[in-house]
Amino acid sequence: MISREFKIGAALVGIFLTAYYLPLSNARVEAAIIEAFKLLQWYARNHTLGCVVPALFIAGAIITFLSPSAVMRYLGPKSNKLAAYSVASVAGVVLAVCSCSVLPMFAGIYQLGAGLGPASAFLYSGPAINILAIFLTARVLGFDIGIWRAVGAIGFAFLVGLIMAWLFRKEEHARQDVAFQAPEQPESHRSGWQSGLLLAAMIGFLVFSDWFNPGDAVVRRTDGSEVRGVLLQETRDEIMIQVQKTAGSVRAGDRLTLPKNQIADIAEAKSWVMDVFHIRWWLAGLCGLATAAMARRWVNRTEFREWMRNTWGFAKLLVPLLFGGVFVVGFVSALLPDKQIAALVGDNGLRSNLVASVVGALFYFATLTEVPITQALLEHGMARGPALALLLAGPALSLPNMLVLVRVMGVKRTAAFATAVVIVATGMGLAFGMTLPGGPVAVAHAGAMP
Amino acid sequence: MKIEIIGTGCAKCDALERATRAAADRLGLHYEIQHVKDIREFAKRGVMFTPALVVNGKVLVSGRLPDDAELTRLLQQAGQQPQADRPQ
Repeated sequence: MISREFKIGAALVGIFLTAYYLPLSNARVEAAIIEAFKLLQWYARNHTLGCVVPALFIAGAIITFLSPSAVMRYLGPKSNKLAAYSVASVAGVVLAVCSCSVLPMFAGIYQLGAGLGPASAFLYSGPAINILAIFLTARVLGFDIGIWRAVGAIGFAFLVGLIMAWLFRKEEHARQDVAFQAPEQPESHRSGWQSGLLLAAMIGFLVFSDWFNPGDAVVRRTDGSEVRGVLLQETRDEIMIQVQKTAGSVRAGDRLTLPKNQIADIAEAKSWVMDVFHIRWWLAGLCGLATAAMARRWVNRTEFREWMRNTWGFAKLLVPLLFGGVFVVGFVSALLPDKQIAALVGDNGLRSNLVASVVGALFYFATLTEVPITQALLEHGMARGPALALLLAGPALSLPNMLVLVRVMGVKRTAAFATAVVIVATGMGLAFGMTLPGGPVAVAHAGAMP
Repeated sequence: MKIEIIGTGCAKCDALERATRAAADRLGLHYEIQHVKDIREFAKRGVMFTPALVVNGKVLVSGRLPDDAELTRLLQQAGQQPQADRPQ
């Protein structure tokens, strides 16, 4: 209670000092404030209704309808090893949306259940495979990073768990001699597949409403040549395009700015991604209707209220964090120097990825704020490989959370875990960098900020 | 009776403590309450999901915030049980 009042007091003092000392007459600060509001508006217009709001309902539904004790069955002391690793690697989706509940579960799996390997896998996957974070990443930072983050995080968890188990294979840790106590949960009248279908329909809604426009286009110039690439920006009299296919003097990876009076026409490049994009609202609507119908039939009043209560709980927790984070990032990033960032993490090489992983491992990202932070860094010249490394190492580890880990599993294991996370994140960043056009030294291209 | 709230200091955990105090006072129970925040103590009590409510060493609720009616019922039942085996 006292600490809560203290926090409120500290916040008020902080706001007062900011208001008192903010040098508004400085032109750069003035520009930064405008930037902060622009970024906030961009999130509000483009990502709130289609992504954040539905994702909050899904997160609420997950913790209301899926029973964590059922998942824990696979993580008990006598569970099959392969099953334990697999479940622990994806369990983050089901069990936790907020990192504060991950540590107690980690301690439980470590001390009562399947042991260090699966516990480490879970420790990583818990905060990293968060459904809200993955969708927001895909939407804001690009589909490729989103997919790599989702798939990479699962493989990552598995790998880190195996590394930890192998490193400490000879040491039996002192297991607590207590059984895991699970009090009876209120009985569910829905079978597993019904809950699964309901969640699948909701996730379907999010996938389609979030379906991205890849912007693939073929631009024909008035001189007859064609440029194939990704449309980045279009203004009244010019377009900016990132070239995908080398032809003549333009090389893949180049960024071109073409004045509109030199362009004969712009055609959309055909692909299934584009086809789905055009009918995305129909598909999303279908999933939305299916969700509503299933919720009506299978969810009773109490559960529905519980669901809404959990959703509201997440909203209260995450919305201020996200939008506050976006505002602060918008402000700070307008004052950041481009040169230093580009020099540190500007390419997809080993050093850039390592720097990004180490920073990500030490720094504390409040849930979801890693997305606007990475977005700002990308705009300041960070390459996409290190961006992925930062996203993979970021949410799982931070200095404060390492201090708690030291108390649960000791300095040696904590250090090993942190090192494993940094190494695997660096490797994933490197691998992702290799897949990008232009190879390991590709040009950084930022998200779709207008 | 001995009531323990197991929680990391999250919002739900504080809410559970407040609700439990209120329910226990309404029932007029004799109780001492403790908010356990040390993660190493969680596993000793067999708790994995926070917030959890432990009464006289038994985990009654774990991983969710029960409503007032349920909380009252749980505390009432726990209060009626013989407490001979209660660890002192």
